[in-house]
Amino acid sequence: MTTETLTPAPVPVSRGNRKQARRNTLIGWTFILPNFLGFLAFTLIPVIAAFALSFMEWTSFTAPRWVGLENFQRMLQSDTFWVALRNTVVYALGHVPLTMALALGLAMLLNRKLKGIGFFRVAIFFPYITSLVAVAVVWNMLFSPDNGPINQFLNAIGIAEAPGWTSSSDWAMPAVIITSVWRDMGYYMILYLAGLQAIPTELYEAAEVDGASGWQRFWNVTIPSLRPTTFFVVVMLTVSSFKVFDLIVVMTNGGPGRATTVLSQLIYQEGIGEGKFGYSSAISLVLFLIVLSITVLQFKLQQRRER
Amino acid sequence: MTNMAEDLKAEAPFLSGAPAPAPEDRRRTQRESPRERKKRTTDVVIYGVLAVLVVALMVPFFWMLSSSLKENNQVLTVPIQWIPSDFVWSNYTDIWTRIPMLGYLQNSLYLAVIITCLQVLTGSLAAYGFSKVRFPGRDVLFLAYIGTIAVPWQAYMVPQYIMMQNLGLTNSFNALILLQAFGAFGVFLMRQYYMTIPDELCEAARIDGLSEYGIWARVILPLSKPALASLALLTFVNTWNDYMGPFIYLTSNRLWTVQLGLRSFVGQFDAEYAMIMTGSVISVIPILVIFLIGQRYFIQGIATSGMKG
Repeated sequence: MTTETLTPAPVPVSRGNRKQARRNTLIGWTFILPNFLGFLAFTLIPVIAAFALSFMEWTSFTAPRWVGLENFQRMLQSDTFWVALRNTVVYALGHVPLTMALALGLAMLLNRKLKGIGFFRVAIFFPYITSLVAVAVVWNMLFSPDNGPINQFLNAIGIAEAPGWTSSSDWAMPAVIITSVWRDMGYYMILYLAGLQAIPTELYEAAEVDGASGWQRFWNVTIPSLRPTTFFVVVMLTVSSFKVFDLIVVMTNGGPGRATTVLSQLIYQEGIGEGKFGYSSAISLVLFLIVLSITVLQFKLQQRRER
Repeated sequence: MTNMAEDLKAEAPFLSGAPAPAPEDRRRTQRESPRERKKRTTDVVIYGVLAVLVVALMVPFFWMLSSSLKENNQVLTVPIQWIPSDFVWSNYTDIWTRIPMLGYLQNSLYLAVIITCLQVLTGSLAAYGFSKVRFPGRDVLFLAYIGTIAVPWQAYMVPQYIMMQNLGLTNSFNALILLQAFGAFGVFLMRQYYMTIPDELCEAARIDGLSEYGIWARVILPLSKPALASLALLTFVNTWNDYMGPFIYLTSNRLWTVQLGLRSFVGQFDAEYAMIMTGSVISVIPILVIFLIGQRYFIQGIATSGMKG
């Protein structure tokens, strides 16, 4: 779905049309320019600058100076970096499979023609576009360790020692993961629904003629047919997991201690909070490379499977 | 600034309106009555499962609404009070004086409207250039656009911040407008849509003597209403909900958006549970309204134009 098919290269222009070609270039640029100026100044240049900055020593108090790999050496020796990296990976390991499984389950359940099914879809999708601050605030209260509704529920089903959730360094991350899964699954459910609706009915009919059970049909028709969707969902989910930022900032602000500090937050703290522009850019580069290599790796796996 | 890329992808399935018949249904309708009776039973079971599921998933919203109408000391009670014993409607009148909620709402609205207008306008213009005008270097440029979508914005937020600091734009709306109004994803989405509009339409208009700007305004724009609507809706919702952008750039209270105001209220008065929930409800209502309206618009747009995004 993300892969892009570019239009065929412009038709070669004959000599008589050169004037026309120049006019087209001019016209084309006038259309693109209003957006391009903003894009160039506030996206493209910062992206390039981020790469360059990671090899420089530059703070709010000192002039920029080329230092090669020094920032990266410092980063690898920094305890906080490893903690943040570990937390980010833990978050991804929880967020990706849970969201995927629930999104697929919901999509299977909602992929039928029933009156009012649209309402259910919309309701499940709604958390995704609800403002994150409201979501974080509500869940923080739901997770409240003493009299919070979640712990009351856990007590009611016989769990006497309910976890401390966001006030405990062991349970803060699971609390964040639960909240983010609740928030995101509706979105991925919609992607899976689109995938399910693209599966030809004939495949199921053929499978039934062959005497396949419901489970066998799911395993041998649905899952293979959904592979392109699944690939897309996994890439999007993993990438967004590694970018997790605002939810953590609002819900736990990285705490308690450093229990939920993630990479994005570290970039913010070092770069904007403390003005270590060069050092924070080195962490940015690592984040970018992780995201990039996940995407490339999954592309490769997908290609191999198709062969 | 937030995860725009992920969000816009959501529009396609929504656009498809009525779903394709589920395979099992079509098969069953061709069978005799025992099957049909079985189908009805399954339907009832499915409705039951769905209802329970949706109620469970909506609990946080319900709890938010119910708590917003309670006294502070009634919010975290044992056992949970699902429906307030006394409805404290005054929370909804008091909040406006407790925090400058109206100012926050105005700021959010201002930012969301300006950014949405700029994004939709520049995005659809650029998309026309990228899809309907042929000139050398066009595709390379477009690749640069796509390339940056793949870079997480957290990776370049520091250079952006340095830039804004040097321009003297930190602590102003202008910083956020400049950073968010020219997103690459708006261009990408609109271009994808324009690619589905046949070039012959433009050719015909050209022969009729319309200029390229005329074609954009009179042929392409009217045809792309659904895509324009979804881009506008998603940009608006994203800007409204954005926390990190305002958090980084807006320091003075009078510039704060709803999200910042709500977060700071929680930080200052963390025991005022009920009022915090009241603020949350107020911050969500505009999104709910826009979402419900937009939902209908998407489906109508598709029904009238007959095209899928």
